[in-house]
Amino acid sequence: MWERILTLLRKEFRSVLRDPRMRLVIFGLPVIQTMIFGYAVTLDVRHVPLAIVDRDNTVASRELVTRFTGSAYFDEVARTFDDDEARALIDSTRAAAVLQIDAGFERRLHAGQPAPVQLIVDGADSNTARYVVNYASIIAATAGNATALDQTLRLAGRTLPVGSVDLQPRAWFNADLESRHFYVPGIISLLVMLISLMLTSMAIVREKEVGTIEQVMVTPIRPVEFILGKSAPFAVIGFIDVVLVTAIALLWFHIPFRGNFALILLGVALFLLSTLGIGLFISTVCHTQQQAMMTTFFFFFPAMLFSGFIFPIANMPAFFQWLSLVNPIRYILVIIRGVFLKGVGFEILWPQCAALLVLGIAVMAIAISRFRKTLA
Amino acid sequence: MHTAEAIVPAPAADTVVEVQNLEKRFGAFRAVAGISFSVTRGEIFGFLGPNGAGKSTTIRMLCGLLTPSGGTGRVAGFDIRTQTELIKTRIGYMSQKFSLYDELTVEENIDFYSGIYRVPADKKAARKAWVLEMAGLTAHRSSRTSTLSGGWKQRLALGCAVLHEPPILFLDEPTSGVDPNSRRQFWDLINALAGQGVTVFVTTHYMEESEYCDRLGIVYRGELIALGRPRDLKTTHMTDAVLEIDCERPHDAMAVLAKIPSVKETALFGKGLHAVATEAGPAIAAIRDALAAERIGLARIERITPTLEDVFVSLIEARDRAAGAQQEFRR
Repeated sequence: MWERILTLLRKEFRSVLRDPRMRLVIFGLPVIQTMIFGYAVTLDVRHVPLAIVDRDNTVASRELVTRFTGSAYFDEVARTFDDDEARALIDSTRAAAVLQIDAGFERRLHAGQPAPVQLIVDGADSNTARYVVNYASIIAATAGNATALDQTLRLAGRTLPVGSVDLQPRAWFNADLESRHFYVPGIISLLVMLISLMLTSMAIVREKEVGTIEQVMVTPIRPVEFILGKSAPFAVIGFIDVVLVTAIALLWFHIPFRGNFALILLGVALFLLSTLGIGLFISTVCHTQQQAMMTTFFFFFPAMLFSGFIFPIANMPAFFQWLSLVNPIRYILVIIRGVFLKGVGFEILWPQCAALLVLGIAVMAIAISRFRKTLA
Repeated sequence: MHTAEAIVPAPAADTVVEVQNLEKRFGAFRAVAGISFSVTRGEIFGFLGPNGAGKSTTIRMLCGLLTPSGGTGRVAGFDIRTQTELIKTRIGYMSQKFSLYDELTVEENIDFYSGIYRVPADKKAARKAWVLEMAGLTAHRSSRTSTLSGGWKQRLALGCAVLHEPPILFLDEPTSGVDPNSRRQFWDLINALAGQGVTVFVTTHYMEESEYCDRLGIVYRGELIALGRPRDLKTTHMTDAVLEIDCERPHDAMAVLAKIPSVKETALFGKGLHAVATEAGPAIAAIRDALAAERIGLARIERITPTLEDVFVSLIEARDRAAGAQQEFRR
């Protein structure tokens, strides 16, 4: 048994590593993807281009403007008194928000009256718009409090304690709420899935397409030997990619790593049961490599979207939340992020490990039984 | 099938392949429509037939790659339905498509099959050397298989199929797409293997190749329509006379001959014509008269021993006529 598996394994590594395109997929893709997610994919909203329409032009209004532009969140891109021009700035997306202060702002403020300030936000990108409104409200509130406090002090002529609720939020595990810390470890799961899924299905379908599988099937090789010999190399490649992405995450992006790497390897091993099983299954329904590739992506994208990789599962409609229970990425993400960012151990993550084990065994069983049938 | 029953040979003592009413259906299509035959040890048994006649389907059922829809069969004493795994240890197989790994070198391909067939460790080196020597690839052992010519690829494939020294060898159109010289060399190898007692089951659609077989089955539309030694097929299955005609304007001559009642078939053959008639004498006289009437110069007309191609064409046309008549009748 082992002789045949090792023979297949050796052959598979030779075939895959000899193909320059495959080498790029195995070693280039992880690096490129990690870089993309590390740099480009970020939900942090900073440096929002802001246009200013200050019709008051007083000490108070200028101070408010400075509070905006002085923060890390807003950059002043234009200053105008023309409504049409302000509109054009938003239309052309040169500005994502317009801060408009009407004449009489300072006067109303000093009179103790509410002083309205208008913020126009480009709501086309709802995510960014929400952040902009949040930031602006905080800045305006801080400015308002400062003014109110200042006035109270002046009226009273003495220092007096102003009672107020002071909320001091602390984000554990990711103190700066950097989305990079959240996404980069998650890439490990996507890459392992994509690589193992694609390579397994393509490697088997390729043999069908070229006709070499027939020559192997007339030998006394047993299906289990064939399946192991065909999937083990891609499991090994999956592990190599885990190490590669982890190295980039730690050394290049300085993502915190607080847990035990062995737990990640265990999680990936369990996760691979499902992905290799799905790859095997795809190979039984496809006849050409092109079909295999299409089917892989057809499966991969929904699996990614319903995994919690980007969009929280808790926000999904109930049906999709249920559906995500059979999505292996969901569990491996919890394991990887837990180990990276929270440093939690097996005593916390065992339910995810168990889910992956059950899921993996089920998928493998289905794939193998189908595989035996199609070979016969 | 009625015809198949009629041509079942008596099973020999040393039978290694035996098939009874073997059938394979793909939906409504009967690729193999109930064939029966047997092959004895050390024989080169040929399956001759046009593409789509069911040759490959039969071979694939014998090798355990396809499950039969009907009938029974035994290869090396094992049942082709239930004991395919045992059969696979006793046979070598070469498919019509080259199916070794192009991206591997010659040696790596040999090592691969050596490992899959579990050739014992102490024999591995000797078997590899034998294959390289036999295929003439010793100097190219480190070449990528994709760079080899057709003849070399085919000999390497044969070598990989017999690495484990199987007593039975199945070759599915092994020489398609190979130059005549390589084809000849390949048959020398097959003869050498048969000489060592290996039973060879080979399919082909080359007439001259089928002459090399000890025994030949002619398959057409899933049925075995003739079975016997090539020499016997030419005499027993061809009771009609074959006339070779060397004349001017063979195309026009064909049209003239078609109108003569005693001439059953005509076919272009090389530069001349072959005509089939029940009686040689009256037909020759009729043909001379008809060609003279149309002013077509006749250089030579004589009765010849039929070639396998004559036999093949005559059998197939007879079969088509019978099928046509049957359809008329049904209507």
